[in-house]
Amino acid sequence: MTAGGWLEIGLFLAILTALTPVVGGYLARVFGGEVAFLGFAERPLYRLMGVDPEHGQDWRGYARSVLIFSAGSFLLLYAILRTQGLQPGGPGAPPPNLSFNTAVSFVTNTNWQYYAGETTMTALTQMAGLAVQNFASAAVGIAVVIAVIRGLVARSGRELGVFFVDAARAILYVLLPLSLLLAAFFVTQGVAQSTHLPVASQEAIKLLGTNGGGFFNVNSAFPFENPTWLSNFVQMLAILAIPAGLTATYGRMAGNRRQGWAVFAAMLSLFVVAVAALYAAESATTPAMHAAGVVGPNMEGKEQRFGIASSALYAAVTTAASCGAVNAAMESLSGLGGAVPMAQMMTGEVIFGGVGSGLYGMLLFVLLAVFVAGLMVGRTPELLGKKIEAREIKLTVLATIAVPLVVLFSSAVAIATKHGRASISASGPQGFSETLYAYVSQGNNNGSAFAGYTGFLQPHGTNRGAVGLDLANYLGGAAMLAGRFLPIVLVLAIAGALAGKRVSPAGPGTLRTDTPTFVVMLVAVVLIVALLTFVPALLLGPVVQGLSGRLF
Amino acid sequence: MRAAVVMLLACTLVLGLAYPLAMTGAAQLAYPAKADGEARLIARPQPRDLFQPRPSATGYATDPTAFNNLGPNQRDLAAQLRKAVRAYLRRERPSTPGLTAARIPVDAVTSSASGVDPDISEANALIQARRVAKLRGLPLGRVQALVREHVSHGAVNVNDLNRAVRR
Repeated sequence: MTAGGWLEIGLFLAILTALTPVVGGYLARVFGGEVAFLGFAERPLYRLMGVDPEHGQDWRGYARSVLIFSAGSFLLLYAILRTQGLQPGGPGAPPPNLSFNTAVSFVTNTNWQYYAGETTMTALTQMAGLAVQNFASAAVGIAVVIAVIRGLVARSGRELGVFFVDAARAILYVLLPLSLLLAAFFVTQGVAQSTHLPVASQEAIKLLGTNGGGFFNVNSAFPFENPTWLSNFVQMLAILAIPAGLTATYGRMAGNRRQGWAVFAAMLSLFVVAVAALYAAESATTPAMHAAGVVGPNMEGKEQRFGIASSALYAAVTTAASCGAVNAAMESLSGLGGAVPMAQMMTGEVIFGGVGSGLYGMLLFVLLAVFVAGLMVGRTPELLGKKIEAREIKLTVLATIAVPLVVLFSSAVAIATKHGRASISASGPQGFSETLYAYVSQGNNNGSAFAGYTGFLQPHGTNRGAVGLDLANYLGGAAMLAGRFLPIVLVLAIAGALAGKRVSPAGPGTLRTDTPTFVVMLVAVVLIVALLTFVPALLLGPVVQGLSGRLF
Repeated sequence: MRAAVVMLLACTLVLGLAYPLAMTGAAQLAYPAKADGEARLIARPQPRDLFQPRPSATGYATDPTAFNNLGPNQRDLAAQLRKAVRAYLRRERPSTPGLTAARIPVDAVTSSASGVDPDISEANALIQARRVAKLRGLPLGRVQALVREHVSHGAVNVNDLNRAVRR
């Protein structure tokens, strides 16, 4: 650890905090309808789509639109992948199992990649297939969280907004303009942008949309994706800008900015612990290095231009957000260093999390925290003046346990079956860590990997004769689908139940949700509910490695 | 249904084609060299009398790129590191007598993430400077000065440095 490293981390946190109200304020104005400079493009688009921006959908209608749009996205992307063989000069079509996993992966904002982009996909597929879903899936996440916030604050009516309008506005006013700016900046830094390598344009939305799917197999470690220290620093900010900003959007839409800052503070405090732990862990010499007589920080699988600090910070950022872009090999992190990304994902990706999904995930924990606190002091739980009743709590509990169950179940299947073990490349506890990481990452829609875990083999360096492993691709795909759409439907149902509930004025007995006490409560609930579920699994893999000097 | 179809079509045309192609056009006009992907950003095997890049899991190949993907407690990683240490000592000890495994900068023996990391640490470059100076018959002070000129954020670009040495 160096003073310069800590300074970089401090600077990053300071800029992120400063950006939060700026981004969040802008988002609030976009979804409040106050920003309309692209109205000339919006109106004909809505007419073509046949939607009426003035006619809001209830939660069922909203959820239905999300599911139909996502199903259509999947079909389109799957078709593009399976017909890639028709594109001249390309590597041929990827096999059905890999195409399924990949299409699901991009539609669910996961961007888990069993394949290497440079030998599996054409530039056209990356541009017009994969990167389109980087925008679309991010827009879905933003739209859903905006609908949820509307439900939480609505004082009358059951309408949550119009999904297609929200998604279109998320793209037109937020994702596309920011991508243009960011891609232009990346080009000045040396990120490639040509007919064969349309990298910068894809890089921008890969980060802003917390997608994480790299143009190249080694993702943001490859110099053409991330050439300089500065490009790397900006990449990390781009990952967290919208997830963090949305907390401020929440505060503004709730009419009390402190509500947003309270959620931000809970996220930030968990994040700071994670970054510090990762940086400390990577600064130590690993058992394998000791065995070879090498002394120094763990530079295995890291790039020199980033060093330990920028690599550790990137690993923390990308797994706090459900981004999954990486600038170093996650599999080569030290034992305890590898436990940190897993632990962050295991919270359900609520430490900033994915665009939209992070905040609606955290709002579920806010409901749980309010409920637990209400039980402790013997009062009816309330959020923003609305009573939280049996239906909401049942749905909240369902939503918070659904993903951990999916993750644990798929990890167990993968580790216990011959077909699952075929994917493992490492020996000893690392083999277990690879498997656990794979399903934690896919179930929570992160997409980063202990990349030794294999689902696709290319013996000839093209898709001709390439083989996908069935269990890894289909089980992973199912985990991604469940991890994405169960929470979306449940959280929209909660928003629907809360929309239009009477708001009672705050009294002296009201449990306030915008105080430091509540932040502590919220952090405790996240740790107890989310993380305790996974402690035994964490102990079996990365913690064993971190505490042992043994080689396997 | 209709809304989803229109939305997907619009997204594919605007975000999948217009946006990246417009970016490509602009990038090729404004930064023609950089936008094609600069060769100086990619490490390649170097002649023995020049600075050497970090070890690569793919042998500096990029079709495809790949991580080394060995964990911190893997026997295989320890074996790889030992081999890299031996190779580094064999190469540098003639010009840096007394060099030991513990004194080798870590970047010199660990695999980079990309497999084509163009950078090495300043400490690594200063050790290699002795060999380069000796084999190329250059004054050591001049090679060391070149190393220091090329340091940026703790990293020295091997391609840039070697080009400077060759001049």
